Amino acid sequence: MSLLESVELSIKNILASKMRALLTMLGIIIGVTAVILIIGLGNGVNIYMADSFKSLGTNTINVMITGRGSSSRKMSVDDMYALVAKNPKYLLRVSPSVRMTGTVKIGNETSSTSVSIGVSEDYFAIKSYTIASGRGLQYSDILDRSYVCVVGSYIAENYFGNNAVGKTLKIGGAYFEIIGVNSKQGDNASGTTDDYIFVPYTTAARLSSTGTITSYVVEIPSVDDSSAAMQIMNDALYEIFMNSNYYTVRSMGEILNTFTSMVNIMVMVLSIIAGISLVVGGIGIMNIMLVSVTERTKEIGIRKALGAKERYILTQFVIEAATTSAIGGFIGIALGYILSSIATNFIKAALQANLPVSPTASSALMAFGISAGIGIIFGYLPAKKAAALNPIDALRNE
Amino acid sequence: MEEALIEFREVSKHYIMGDSVVKALDLVSFKIMKGEFVAIVGQSGSGKSTCMNIIGCLDVPTDGLYLINGRNVGEMNKNELSEIRNQMVGFIFQQYNLLPKLSVIENVEVPLMYGGVSKSERRRRATEVLSSVGLAEKLRHYPNQLSGGQQQRVSVARALVGNPAILLADEPTGALDSKTGREVLSLFQRLHEAGHTIVLITHDNSIASTAERIIRLEDGRIVYDGPTDREKLVHAGPAEGSAEHESA
Ligand SMILES: Nc1ncnc2c1ncn2[C@@H]1O[C@H](COP(=O)(O)OP(=O)(O)O)[C@@H](O)[C@H]1O
Ligand SMILES: [Mg+2]
Repeated sequence: MSLLESVELSIKNILASKMRALLTMLGIIIGVTAVILIIGLGNGVNIYMADSFKSLGTNTINVMITGRGSSSRKMSVDDMYALVAKNPKYLLRVSPSVRMTGTVKIGNETSSTSVSIGVSEDYFAIKSYTIASGRGLQYSDILDRSYVCVVGSYIAENYFGNNAVGKTLKIGGAYFEIIGVNSKQGDNASGTTDDYIFVPYTTAARLSSTGTITSYVVEIPSVDDSSAAMQIMNDALYEIFMNSNYYTVRSMGEILNTFTSMVNIMVMVLSIIAGISLVVGGIGIMNIMLVSVTERTKEIGIRKALGAKERYILTQFVIEAATTSAIGGFIGIALGYILSSIATNFIKAALQANLPVSPTASSALMAFGISAGIGIIFGYLPAKKAAALNPIDALRNE
Repeated sequence: MEEALIEFREVSKHYIMGDSVVKALDLVSFKIMKGEFVAIVGQSGSGKSTCMNIIGCLDVPTDGLYLINGRNVGEMNKNELSEIRNQMVGFIFQQYNLLPKLSVIENVEVPLMYGGVSKSERRRRATEVLSSVGLAEKLRHYPNQLSGGQQQRVSVARALVGNPAILLADEPTGALDSKTGREVLSLFQRLHEAGHTIVLITHDNSIASTAERIIRLEDGRIVYDGPTDREKLVHAGPAEGSAEHESA
């Protein structure tokens, strides 16, 4: 008697009493559905976060120098460029990024939401920005401390009717000529990257009260290099300042990773809780199998009289439990996927968020395996009982 | 001399019931040769079923020796007993004992399945043997769609399909009306003529007379073992006397 035949036989047995089989499977179905949904939801949250963080730049780290130490304990722009050049494996390019405080005035209007920052000519490449019209900042603009700027698409559209190149605007009382317009980055709203004004960092430094550069954006090969790049940066800065309070190194990638691992821990905890219902489902299967063994005592007796060895009876009952459980797992997976797609559409409609509840194939496979395994574990005891029945006693049973 | 197919040497089966011991079989000895048609008869409680359970390797003796085809059943483990039941014995029960969820042909295939016969070969042999008992038209039916006589013929087919050395029938006509009962008995006679060894267990003398040899049990002891005709004569006389005489 082959394994396949045993499975066939148990499917036949299950189909013979569908309602009962369904009730037997219920615990497994609910458990598997819950696990699939939770993992899918966790996945969706991770995707959503990765999306959101991507616009902030995950392949960069941000460095802020806060120390006002003695002359030997400070860091110039040249020092920073040298540091980056020394570690080409993890630190690719660098640009200062200086927040300017001056009020932005365009024509007669004051734009309180616009943000102006001083950057180098590499900044756009680091951020993967492309210039939509006009030109970007050039090295000569930095050298000359030119009063030129690149504006975001929101400013170009909102204040200049998409005809900004060649016009001027005022930052903190100084006139800047608009030489280029950045391509649209977000949803073209005020306060976003599209509402930014980029000027040469040298010009920005000259206009600031302190005249020093304290913030940098450093490009790294990928999110996965965040930790290594931060480590290098921290070590190098510590060597200079000998005090970790004098600087901060941040990485969106690192924050994303932290969030992701937090979400993953949550998913794991919730999955374990949902997994408990799998165990409860297993006990349900064991219960029904025990009833089934009692009901089928006569059948077992007949089979034994006809030459069934104990291990055949054992295998038959274990396979029946495993098949029941696996079918339950399968239904649970299907239900999990259906509910996931409903949830995805619901979230999209209700929250306008792209949070795809997307169960992984591996989680489905795992759920299937676990439910079949639970069937085997919880089916074993009833099966053992069936196999050990004395053939005459079993035959005499009515 | 030819070796016996079944040999009981002073076989006893005792059941402990509280303080008392029930001697279901008490020092029973006999031999059954290949090709014999033997009826084991006796009143209810005389030990017939116990005897059949031991012959069929569903149970083992408390004492004594049971040899099947020269092999000592007492020394076999559970797996070997299963194999003996599967290969050597074909059971026919009073209540047919068909599996209700399986079709007629699937029921007949069960012993072959446990014997490791391939699916196609099983189909072939089950179809063949069902045809030989006149059920070629009923292969896909389920037991509850058949009459009692038909069900008993399915169980005969199931007993025959593995080509066992012994057919063991416990009150095979007990649940049938007299006409279908006679049909089943004539089926046994045909099987006997075809060379099968048959052990028929019954409390009914007229049914026992189908056999060529009778073993009569009383309270777990053999009171007669001999040809059918003679036992009729013996039994016509005073029961006590004859029992005394034969068991001596
Ligand atoms: N499992 C058992 N436990 C106790 N006593 C039993 C058991 N099986 C049979 N007996 C006793 O053994 C004797 C013979 O029983 P059995 O072989 O069934 O007789 P028969 O089949 O001839 O009616 C009876 O007295 C019966 O009560
Ligand atoms: Mg009986």
